[in-house]
Amino acid sequence: MKYLDEFRGGPLARRLAAEIRAAATRPWTLMEVCGGQTHSILRYGLHQLLPREVELVHGPGCPVCVTPLELIDKALAIAARPEVIFCSFGDMLRVPGSGKDLFRVRAEGGDVRVVYSPLDALKLAQRHPDREVVFFGIGFETTGPANAMAVRLAKQQGVRNFSMLVSQVMAPPAMEAVLAAPGNRVQAFLAAGHVCAVMGCAAYPPLAQRYGVPVVVTGFEPADLLSGILRAVRQLERGEAFVENAYERAVRWEGNPEARRVLAEVFEVTDRSWRGIGVIPRSGWRLAAAYREFDAEVRFDVGRLQTQESPLCHSGAVLQGALKPPQCPAFGRECTPRTPLGATMVSSEGACAAYYRYGDFVPAGSVAASA
Amino acid sequence: MCLAIPGRVIEIYEASGVRMGKADFGGVTKEICLAYLPELQAGEYTLVHAGFAISRLDGETARETLRTLEELGQAGEERDDEVSG
Amino acid sequence: MEWTCPVPLRDYPTIVMGHGAGGQLSAELIEHLFLPAFRNPALEALADAAVLPPPGGPLVFSTDAFVVRPLFFPGGSVGELAVNGTVNDLAMAGAVPLYLSAAFILEEGLPLETLGRVVDRMAEAARRAGVQIVTGDTKVVERGHGDGCFIATTGVGVLRKGVDLSPAAVRPGDVILCSGYVGDHGMAVMSVREGLEFDTPLQSDCQPLHTLAAAILEDPGPVRVLRDPTRGGLASALHEIARKSNVGLLVEETAIPVRPEVRAACELLGLDPLHVANEGKLIAVVAPEAADAALARMRRHPAGEDAAIIGQATAAHPGVVALRTAVSATRVLDMIFGEQLPRIC
Repeated sequence: MKYLDEFRGGPLARRLAAEIRAAATRPWTLMEVCGGQTHSILRYGLHQLLPREVELVHGPGCPVCVTPLELIDKALAIAARPEVIFCSFGDMLRVPGSGKDLFRVRAEGGDVRVVYSPLDALKLAQRHPDREVVFFGIGFETTGPANAMAVRLAKQQGVRNFSMLVSQVMAPPAMEAVLAAPGNRVQAFLAAGHVCAVMGCAAYPPLAQRYGVPVVVTGFEPADLLSGILRAVRQLERGEAFVENAYERAVRWEGNPEARRVLAEVFEVTDRSWRGIGVIPRSGWRLAAAYREFDAEVRFDVGRLQTQESPLCHSGAVLQGALKPPQCPAFGRECTPRTPLGATMVSSEGACAAYYRYGDFVPAGSVAASA
Repeated sequence: MCLAIPGRVIEIYEASGVRMGKADFGGVTKEICLAYLPELQAGEYTLVHAGFAISRLDGETARETLRTLEELGQAGEERDDEVSG
Repeated sequence: MEWTCPVPLRDYPTIVMGHGAGGQLSAELIEHLFLPAFRNPALEALADAAVLPPPGGPLVFSTDAFVVRPLFFPGGSVGELAVNGTVNDLAMAGAVPLYLSAAFILEEGLPLETLGRVVDRMAEAARRAGVQIVTGDTKVVERGHGDGCFIATTGVGVLRKGVDLSPAAVRPGDVILCSGYVGDHGMAVMSVREGLEFDTPLQSDCQPLHTLAAAILEDPGPVRVLRDPTRGGLASALHEIARKSNVGLLVEETAIPVRPEVRAACELLGLDPLHVANEGKLIAVVAPEAADAALARMRRHPAGEDAAIIGQATAAHPGVVALRTAVSATRVLDMIFGEQLPRIC
């Protein structure tokens, strides 16, 4: 596929890795923010090509992982209602709430459907005027425009039986929370390329300056990730800390102005609770007043829910890069993809799931990490 | 968090007042929403996420990037040879 | 292929509970729909059980149930799946497939025309595979409980001479061959699934594999095991072998044949082609000295034209399947838990 295959070549990746090996003279800790980048790194085994000096820790860029437990429980309660068709991206179906997940709700009779786009959910609402169609609108800024447009069109076209359960989060506040946390080891960021394609890069210079960390806007293919790492390492070696765009074919400094315009119209910034981390001020979006009637939390009163997080789960520490999944005592024991304790083990790009699936694999004689 | 893949716009039309289109993803085509890229033309490439085109892929920049990476890579190849040779 | 409704069935354009009750409606369904399609003496005797001649060797026996939504998809339907799925189970064991039974669980309200088309497809698949459907059953469940049409087929065959296959027989050094492009079936079905549809020329690869197996088994000695990677994809089939033989398997990502359209569709939905179902492919593990000859035999057969060597067994990491990726790093090729779901992250 054009614009993918050229950036996936083995020889190019290995040569870039050699450059990184040559550039790194001291230990450095880098964080890739986006779960999709984590997935790509582990799926290709890129971390094996890196020198010992360069450590990658995985960030909180997994909207599935950080959706608060209470919201998942609300989703489960809404999906169980007979009049509701509950639509979601596939990512959310196995995320555990306080006792079940959406899969179980479906097995118990709830009408839960996987869709590719929120527009599919809107179409369902138009086709089934007698049902309430609710879309689970999770995402970082990359998904914001899609979710925003679905709500905007619902209002424009008078689709009254459509609503959205919103769990929109923003990357820069999460990055700042990581940097501000006591004991933070992150010295440079690979910023999420697709978030930046939408929002642009203006949020990052203040972070780079205030905390003295290089921020390199990075893509997702092996060559993109390795060149992002190389640029970050070179800055670190030179004692520099500025924002660089290593994903220029897709990211402009100003992002996508039309998308940002619609986002500003449909959403407003709000404090958000991040599962495993806690409340980060002004780190999420909710529907603006003019669109509040489409907010599923408003439309469906599911009452006060008693949430229950497993005491054994260390997702929060994993999401902030403070703990590598294999270091978690429950990893591979109480917590596996079959019996996940937290969202990071379920989401396809949660760090725990990625480590479990792909293993920390060293071929010569030793066995992979998957228990 | 952002699985967005490149597709080539092959058709543009309007549906219920919204700019929509069809994109070809390496042999598979799907309807996408083009509302966020009002200037995008048929034949151009775009990144698509959850059914929406979110960013135009610039061919010239892509080629430039590859060229730079290949050059970086050349240096890397020599180092690789030094290490393994 | 058009299905025209035989006169006696036209009073009931959809399946009703009575069609499964064993009375007149059931009898009419058997006589006017199933019998004409499956035509063979054992079935026409219409006894409670089929009486068959003794097999000329060890009896091989397998059963499987088939559930797919939608019932018809590009390149096939639940009908072909039901026949080829069980034929292939027998073929993977090294048997010549002979006879099938077919049990139908139908949902009240299923259009008779749909059933007729499915049954016609089964009959055609059976003819193509050289098997006879000699006995069967029909039950009807209430509307809302059946997804239209479930079919369970059980098959018997006779073991080919000299064949001794087992997933526990693989040794370090053995070579893994794959008969062709993986992921076609699962993505073809996905392309017509509501909420995820996309346009593609992709067709299911659903086909019988017993003659391909026969070709490979022309020299049976060095063949350790044959496996068809159905649900769970190539990864699951490899896992089973690694576990049962307690060997490590190392496969090369770039050697596994995947069509560009399958790759593209997987990229679009965030799926891994190695976890996508196949219905017309097999994995063969053979002793290293026989690998090239086995590959040549596969490639000469129409169902194995695109066969490739994809990896080998190793003494390292027993029970674990490893993948050497496109960048020559090695990682674990996991087995998915449950269904693979499209994702946006």
